[in-house]
Amino acid sequence: MAPIVSVRNLVKRYDDGFEALGGIDLDIEEGEIIALLGPNGAGKTTLISTICGITVPTSGTVSVGGHDIVTQFRAARSLVGLVPQELNLEVFETVRNTVAFSRGLFGKRRDDALLERVLKSLTLWDKADNRIRQLSGGMKRRVMIAKALVHEPRVLFLDEPTAGVDVELRRDMWDVVAELKRDGVTIILTTHYIEEAEAIADRIGVINKGQILLVEDKDALMKRMGRKTLRIELDAPVDAVPAALAAYDLQIDGQALLYSYDTQAESTGITGLLSDLRAAGLRLHDLSTRQSSLEEIFVGLVHEDAA
Amino acid sequence: MNLLAIRAIYRYEMSRFFRTLLQSFVSPIVSTSLYFVVFGAAIGSRIDQVEGVQYGAFIVPGLIMLTVMTQATSNASFGIYFPKFTGTIYEHLSAPVNFLEITTGYVGAAATKALFIGLLILATAHAFVDLDILHPLAMLAFLVLTCLSFALLGFIIGIWARNFEQLQLIPLLVITPLVFLGGSFYSISMLPEVWQRIALFNPVVYLISGFRWAFFGQADVAVGVSLGAIALFTLVCMGVIWWIFRTGWRLRQ
Repeated sequence: MAPIVSVRNLVKRYDDGFEALGGIDLDIEEGEIIALLGPNGAGKTTLISTICGITVPTSGTVSVGGHDIVTQFRAARSLVGLVPQELNLEVFETVRNTVAFSRGLFGKRRDDALLERVLKSLTLWDKADNRIRQLSGGMKRRVMIAKALVHEPRVLFLDEPTAGVDVELRRDMWDVVAELKRDGVTIILTTHYIEEAEAIADRIGVINKGQILLVEDKDALMKRMGRKTLRIELDAPVDAVPAALAAYDLQIDGQALLYSYDTQAESTGITGLLSDLRAAGLRLHDLSTRQSSLEEIFVGLVHEDAA
Repeated sequence: MNLLAIRAIYRYEMSRFFRTLLQSFVSPIVSTSLYFVVFGAAIGSRIDQVEGVQYGAFIVPGLIMLTVMTQATSNASFGIYFPKFTGTIYEHLSAPVNFLEITTGYVGAAATKALFIGLLILATAHAFVDLDILHPLAMLAFLVLTCLSFALLGFIIGIWARNFEQLQLIPLLVITPLVFLGGSFYSISMLPEVWQRIALFNPVVYLISGFRWAFFGQADVAVGVSLGAIALFTLVCMGVIWWIFRTGWRLRQ
């Protein structure tokens, strides 16, 4: 199946010469959730803005649903919903009017039942006739999402959707995303919160300095890049790592020793470590392993890129 | 053509207008009444007639033009500047709409408001002076064209402006002087000959002259020239707006 969003050799150079995107290639499949991770200034927002038509590409092409975003902008943009990072709202307007306006702007007929459904799904219904300035920050964020959903996009861009929102709202947001996915909506989100990508994404893309460092299935990425940590609980605490074990680069954590290893390596060194521990006269109480998080993977990648 | 988008923008803008009803309606009525008191009663009592028309009636077309031009300009400039200021412009830029649709929505709403206020002033004027409008249809046509063309100008200013100060700058420093010097309160023929020639470079002269002709059947310049001038002005504004959207000037990065 053809990808729903296809980005080819996309370059964006601003007037001041800054190159925000340096030749991006990216295919997004219909119905997936892809999370774009990257430090500040990596080009995440520029990429989204360009696909959505807010920023003009310097060169390269983008198509959405097979429609070129420049020559067939109407067909392309009709499929796209955008929730930008900032809470861009007209504060004197009511929630209802603001959201209804978005639907009209996208050339869709007024649909009160749909409006009600969208507002209810975001727990905004009882605020429908409030002016936006009366809403809290979290509520405003919901209004932004309602504006994007009310014109029934097939592809939804969420730029840092949970930046600065409380835990409860973040959970709600994830539920909304999960529900959209069930409806077949493709979701592209940028985030600083790696746990967010880990929790909801199917694929992860890592961007740094206008380049895509990798795009990979989340589970495969974690498996491939994943380091595991073996936690060895001892019967008695040790002050220092015995010299005989120096080769293993162990760390002491209370009454435990931590050993980090690469699951993809030819040899994980666990067998050797365990027999050396025994030889050093240490008695084991318990063993556990832990997969490293995306965050560690991400920091590792970006550091590698900087080196 | 995304007609629903035009309607959405138009209605959204009009709802802002009705939200600030007091400011929208009352202030033009009050200021018009003041003009009548100052110019009509105080000065008019000494001037009596201009080209066979009572001075109080003579200034009505100029007064309407003055208000309509400033209202159309400021409404349209504010209408498009505000989304830029609040950041909601992202939605217009990412929606399946083209420049013609966005412009039609904003300019249409601003022109409607200005037309509304123009007619309101006309009604207010009736309370002060006797008015017979010789060519009502031509009067309406001139009024509508003026509302539209100055709303187009305002739209350009709104896109150009980077802050609220710039937003006020052109209306205050360019439009108001041009209107005052454009024969709102006098006939160009009352000026010394040199100034009459200079006045012909003021585009507003043609609008006020044509508009006054529709009221009283007499004009400083031929009506055809007036119509040509306003049509030209409208076309230039539309050309500029087309260029703005094509290049994304001050809108898209």
